[in-house]
Amino acid sequence: MNKLKLIIKREYLAKVRNKSFVVMTFLSPILMVGMVVLIAYLTQINNTEKRVIAVLNESDFFSNEFLSTETTSYVNFKDISLEVAKDSTVNLQYYGLLYVPHKSNLKKVAQGTVFYTKESSSSEILSALEGVFQDRLREENLREIGVSPKEYASINSAFALNTETFKGEKSIKGVNEIKAIIGGAFGYLIMMFIIIYGGFVMRSVIEEKTSRIIEVIISSVKPFQLMLGKIIGTSLAGITQFVIWVVSGLILMLVAFAIFGIDPNILVEGQNVVPGVDTSISTEGEMFEVYFKEVLKLPWLLLIFFFIIYFLLGYLIYSSIYAAIGAAVDNETDTQQFIFPVIIPLMLAIYVGFFSVFSNPHGPIAVGFSLFPLTSPIVMLMRLPSGIGEGGVALWQLILSILILVITFVAIVWFAAKIYRIGILMYGKKPSYKEIFKWLKY
Amino acid sequence: MNSILVTKEVTKQYGNYTALNKVSLEIPKNSIYGLLGPNGAGKTTLIRIINQITHPDQGEVFFDGEKLKPHHVSNIGYLPEERGLYKSMKVGEQALYLAQLKGMEGSEAKKRLKMWFDRFEIGDWWNKKVQELSKGMAQKVQFIVTVLHQPKLLIFDEPFSGFDPINANIIKDEILRLKENGTSIIFSTHRMESVEELCEHIALIHKSEKILDGKLSDIKKAYKNNVFEASLLVNNADSKDVLSGLKNKYNITTSNFDTSENQLNFTVQLQSNSSNEIVSHLNAIGNIINFQETIPSANEIFIKTVQSKGVHE
Repeated sequence: MNKLKLIIKREYLAKVRNKSFVVMTFLSPILMVGMVVLIAYLTQINNTEKRVIAVLNESDFFSNEFLSTETTSYVNFKDISLEVAKDSTVNLQYYGLLYVPHKSNLKKVAQGTVFYTKESSSSEILSALEGVFQDRLREENLREIGVSPKEYASINSAFALNTETFKGEKSIKGVNEIKAIIGGAFGYLIMMFIIIYGGFVMRSVIEEKTSRIIEVIISSVKPFQLMLGKIIGTSLAGITQFVIWVVSGLILMLVAFAIFGIDPNILVEGQNVVPGVDTSISTEGEMFEVYFKEVLKLPWLLLIFFFIIYFLLGYLIYSSIYAAIGAAVDNETDTQQFIFPVIIPLMLAIYVGFFSVFSNPHGPIAVGFSLFPLTSPIVMLMRLPSGIGEGGVALWQLILSILILVITFVAIVWFAAKIYRIGILMYGKKPSYKEIFKWLKY
Repeated sequence: MNSILVTKEVTKQYGNYTALNKVSLEIPKNSIYGLLGPNGAGKTTLIRIINQITHPDQGEVFFDGEKLKPHHVSNIGYLPEERGLYKSMKVGEQALYLAQLKGMEGSEAKKRLKMWFDRFEIGDWWNKKVQELSKGMAQKVQFIVTVLHQPKLLIFDEPFSGFDPINANIIKDEILRLKENGTSIIFSTHRMESVEELCEHIALIHKSEKILDGKLSDIKKAYKNNVFEASLLVNNADSKDVLSGLKNKYNITTSNFDTSENQLNFTVQLQSNSSNEIVSHLNAIGNIINFQETIPSANEIFIKTVQSKGVHE
C-alpha cells in the first residue's frame, strides 16, 4: 500500500511538473476564453454594421412601408431611370437596390419587383423585404374580402398543447432536448478524459520502457502496483488540470465579458429556439426561468452518483488498455494500430448518443449501447437525465449495465496487467496482435 | 545456512520455448558468484526469477534459508542489463524514490545517499536532471541506487558494459569492498574474461541448462590437463636440432622460435606427474626462462564443456 502511494505521488508530481503540462493547463483556458470572446466580439461587430438599401419605387402601392431598423436603413430614389439607379447604388456602395415597378395592381407589382445586389443577397435581408410584401399583400387581400386588419388580428389562433406526465407534473416541450444535452455533456466529458489522460498513461509507460528504468522498478514493486499507481497518479493530475480549466475558464470568461462589455446572452441567443413554446410564457426571461427550473428538477444527485461510477469504471478500463498498449510497443509511433480499435467504441458511443439516444433515449439501439461495456459509460449517462424507472431508464437495464461493466473491468484489467507485465520487458520489436495474444498464456 | 540463495530444479517456459530447464544452484554467502553463459542462455530469466519479476513454472527458490517471498526484495539489490533512470527527474529525488520503493525510510535513505554521493564526489549532482548527465555519470547513480539499501544479495547483470575503464575500476573496488563487508554478489555476464578474476564460484549456463558449477579453483584444477608452456634460451643455429630432439622425446603441441631474443617457445602435453623430469632435461640443453602449467580460462572450460556435452547428447 505504501509503495502504491509512493508511485502515485511520483506519477502525479512528474505530470504536474512537466513543462508542457503546465503550459497546457494555464494556456488552454486563455485560448478557449479568447476564442469565445473573439467570436462574441465579431458577432457584435457584424450586428452593428448597417446595410443601406436603395429603393426605387415607381408604383402607387408603397410609400413608407420600408422602415429602417438597427441593421438596415432604406434610401429612396425618385424620378430616375432603373439604369441610373443601379449605377448610383454601386457608386454609393449601397448594399442593394429594390426596384418596384409601376403596375395596375399590387399582385403584378409584387411579381415585377426585383432586388439587385452585387453578390447573392443575404437571406436575412431577403426575408425582411419579403415580409414587407407579404404584409402588404395580406392587407390587400383582406381588404378585398372585406375583413379589417383589426378583425384579422382578433382571430389569430396560435395554440400550444398542454402537456402533463401521468403523475400530473406539468412538462414542457424541449426539456427532453435539454436533458439529452446535459447527458451528452457528461458522456462527452468522459470521452475526452479517456482520450487525453489515457494517452498520458500510455506515454508514461513508454517513457519507462525507453529510459530502461522499468526493470529496476519492478524488482522492487509488482508490475500491477506500478500500472495501478500510474493510472491513479495520472488521473489525479488530469482531475487537477480539469478543475483548473473549469475554474479559471469561468473567471476569465466573466472578466473578459466585463472588460469588453459583451452581453453573455449573445452566445445563448439563437440556441434557445425551442419549437412550440407555451404562449403563456411571453418574454424570453420568463422562458429562461422555466427551463432553468426544469434543469434544477433533474435528478442531479443520481446523475452525479452514476457519473462517478461510470466515469471510474470506464476510465479504468480504457486507461488500463492504454497502459497495455504502451507496454507492448517501444515508441509512440508504433501505437497507432493499437489505438485505433480503442478509439472506435468511444466515437461510436458519442455518435450513437447524439443521433439515436437524443431522439429516442429508451429505444432498442440506446438500450443496446448502454449495456455494451465499452460504450455504456457514455451512452448510459446520456439516458440517465430522464431518471430511473417509469419514463426513464429501466432499473434492470441500469443494474445489468453496471454489472456487465464491472465484469468487463475485472477481465480487461486482468488482461491488460498481463500484457503489461510481459510487454514492459520486451525490447526492440513491435509485436503483432498474435504475439500479444501469446503473452496472455505466459 | 551457508548459502544465501538456493534454486531447486527451476524451470521456466515461454510458450513452447524453455528458457530454463531444471536449474539448481547454490550461491554461497559472502562470496562473488559468476553466472556465465552466452547470450540467450537463460541467465537473465534466472535473475528475474530471483528478483521475483517472473515466477518459475516449476521448482523452488530459497533466500537465506527461507522460501523466496515478496518481502525479500528489500534484501536484494539488482542492477539489470537494461538499466536507466527517469530522464526528466532530478538525480537526488529519483534516487530517494527508488530507495523508498525498496522499503527504506525517507530520512535514512537521504542520509545514506549523501554519504554515497560524497564518496563518489558527485554531491553537486543532487539537483541535476538525469538528462544532463553523461552515460558514465548515470551509471554511478544507478550503482548507488542498487547498493543503497544494504542488501544481503547483490545481482549485477552485465555490470561492466557501458563503463569506461576508470569508472569500471571504481565500481570493481566498491564491489570488492561490499564483499569484504559481508555482501553476497552474483555477476551475470557472457563476457567471461571480464569477471573471471573476481569470482570465487561460477556456474555455466548453456541453452537453458546448467552445465557446470562449483568453486572456480576446483573447476580449473579439474580442467587442467598437464599442458605446460615453456621458453628456452638457445642459439639460433641449434634451435632446429633442439626442437626436433624435444619432439622425439615429448608431445610438443605448438612451437615457435623468436630470433630476436633467441628464444624457443613451445607447449607440451605431459603425462601426469612428469614435470620434474622434463625440467631437468630442459635445464641440460639451455636456460629455462619460463615453465608453467597452462590454466584454462573460464571461456575455454565453457567451450570444452559444451563440446563434451555435445558428444554425450
